[in-house]
Amino acid sequence: MAMDPVEIERLIKEALPDAVVEIRDLAGDGDHYAANVVSKAFEGKNRVQQHQIVYKALKGRMGGELHALALQTSTPA
Amino acid sequence: MSDNPVFDQIRQETSDNDIVLFMKGSPSFPQCGFSAMAVEILNRLGADFKGIDVLSDPAIRNGIKEFSDWPTIPQLYVKGEFVGGCDIMREMYQSGELESFLKEKGVVEAA
Repeated sequence: MAMDPVEIERLIKEALPDAVVEIRDLAGDGDHYAANVVSKAFEGKNRVQQHQIVYKALKGRMGGELHALALQTSTPA
Repeated sequence: MSDNPVFDQIRQETSDNDIVLFMKGSPSFPQCGFSAMAVEILNRLGADFKGIDVLSDPAIRNGIKEFSDWPTIPQLYVKGEFVGGCDIMREMYQSGELESFLKEKGVVEAA
C-alpha cells in the first residue's frame, strides 16, 4: 500500500499549520518515507509527545497504509 | 481503557523486566528491519532486555499500540516507562543519550 507524499504533508500541515515539512522517499516505492517536521507545537514536549502529535495528524494511517515514516521532529531555531 | 485485559499483561511485563522491547520476531531472529535495528542498538549498548514478539500474539500487537498511544512496532520500555520507537531509539543512540539514559536508570553497567 502506498501513500502520496503530498498527502502526508497536507495532513501534517492541516494539524500543524506553522509546520515546515520535508519528506523524502527512501526506497522509491512510495511506501518508505522519512519526514522532518519543524513546528512551534513541539515546544515543551518530549520526543514521544512530538511524534504522537504527528501520528495523530496522520489520522491512523501510520502503521496502516503508511508502513514506514522515519520521523524527526524539532522546534524552530 | 483499563478494561482491556491485555493492558494488565503489558503492565506486568514492563514492571517485571527492566528493559522490554515489543518487536516483530525474536531478538535472535527479528522479522522486520526496524525491530532488527532496535535489537542491534540494545546489543551494542550491552543492554539485557526481554523481547516480546507481537507477531505471535495479536492481542499484544494491537494492545501495545493502544497502551502506548503509539502506532508502530518496535516499542522500547525501560523500568515501565515508554521511551519510544525505532526513530527515537536511533536518534538517542547516535547522540549518546540512550547510553546515558540506560546507565542513569541503572539497567546497563557503567563502563
